Amino acid sequence: MSKLITCEEAVKKVKSGSRIMVGGFGLVGSPLSLIAALAQSEVKDLEIISNNLGEPGRGLGVLVRQKQVKKAIGSYFTSNPEVVKAYQDKELEVELLPQGTMSEAIRAGGAGLGGFYTPVSVGTKIAENKEERTLNGKKYVFQEPLKANFSLIKAKKADQLGNLIYNKSARNFNPMMATAADVVIAEVDEIVEVGQISPEEIVTPHLYVDYIVVKGGK
Amino acid sequence: MNVKQYIAARAAKELKDGDIVNLGIGIPTLVADYIPSDVKVFLHSENGILGVGPTPDPEHIDQNLVNAGKLPVTVLEGSSYFDSASSFAMIRGGHVSVSILGVLQIDAIGRIANWAVPGKSVLGVGGAMDLLEGSKKIIVTTMHTSNQGESKIVNELTYPITSERIVDLIITDLAVFAVKEDGLHLIELSPGVSLEEVQLKTDAPFLIAKSFNKGKEVTA
Repeated sequence: MSKLITCEEAVKKVKSGSRIMVGGFGLVGSPLSLIAALAQSEVKDLEIISNNLGEPGRGLGVLVRQKQVKKAIGSYFTSNPEVVKAYQDKELEVELLPQGTMSEAIRAGGAGLGGFYTPVSVGTKIAENKEERTLNGKKYVFQEPLKANFSLIKAKKADQLGNLIYNKSARNFNPMMATAADVVIAEVDEIVEVGQISPEEIVTPHLYVDYIVVKGGK
Repeated sequence: MNVKQYIAARAAKELKDGDIVNLGIGIPTLVADYIPSDVKVFLHSENGILGVGPTPDPEHIDQNLVNAGKLPVTVLEGSSYFDSASSFAMIRGGHVSVSILGVLQIDAIGRIANWAVPGKSVLGVGGAMDLLEGSKKIIVTTMHTSNQGESKIVNELTYPITSERIVDLIITDLAVFAVKEDGLHLIELSPGVSLEEVQLKTDAPFLIAKSFNKGKEVTA
């Protein structure tokens, strides 16, 4: 069964109110063709889990500008002033996590864990409403795992089965997000035959990937 | 050398051969330009790179290769890429030798605030809390006073705290402080700076180390 679909077919699977993980560190490693297709669609009230929300009018910033995002969970939103404004205007809810806590929460979500205790953020505003626990004399806060209905990720190359490799620092959150959603859609620059990517090189094995779209494809 | 470059050059002198080093945004980024030629360190970038190299020429920019400040970088021989969870496991797990960070404020016992401003929407934290928690050594590089002339070294933080972790060394344009159990120790004055000036511009109390280095010359 081929996993290859178009961006339009991919986006039709997403319903208003869905919780979606989107890969990328800023625009680097972000699935821009899938995001563009989402921006063309009617879906709204999305809950987005992503490190940032793009830049003004670019990447996820388009969805913010079009008021398609209801809530964002991530680590750094100040790089997009329109996100700050939408938050102040109460059009957007924001949940902030330290970047390492966020990436580990996604990893935990995909790995079937019920959460974890981290020392990061103890004693800060971010830990205010979280369970604190002392283990071997050190303070930790509990972090719940993160999961989603969809993950939209970006890879450099897929084979026909959906095995993925990434491109330099564009890897970032994508491999974890590939593990933590009900439906995982990977946008890739190139699709090759099975066997063309060495098993030693594969970062995301195909069992995580449900659908593949090609960057720039409709 | 301007004052920010001076601070960066002074911080670079703290690095040791073989150190795994994470550089924050701002003055810390400049440190890379002043690492002594006989000291080989490995720069870690929390978005998933070990072995960051110099800024590329405009024609060699690779849009998939950026540092934590989202600026284009290169990589050196022996570098590696990894995902964000692995990168922060390295940080939290104590595998980064030194992090050099900018700050908004430092308190009298050496805790810092560098992620949020009171009265403004708190919408970004990035990796600041993780780096403070897990790095073996923390060096703070900062201007001694804010743009409004207020001391950044304060009795109590008025900005939200980043971590309960106490930093190890504070390097400003005016002075260097070591942070010990009994508080801040002045260990060095920058050339041309008097003890009186540092006392006047430092709100938090500090001790003067027995053999502090008055006006030590720092060259790039």
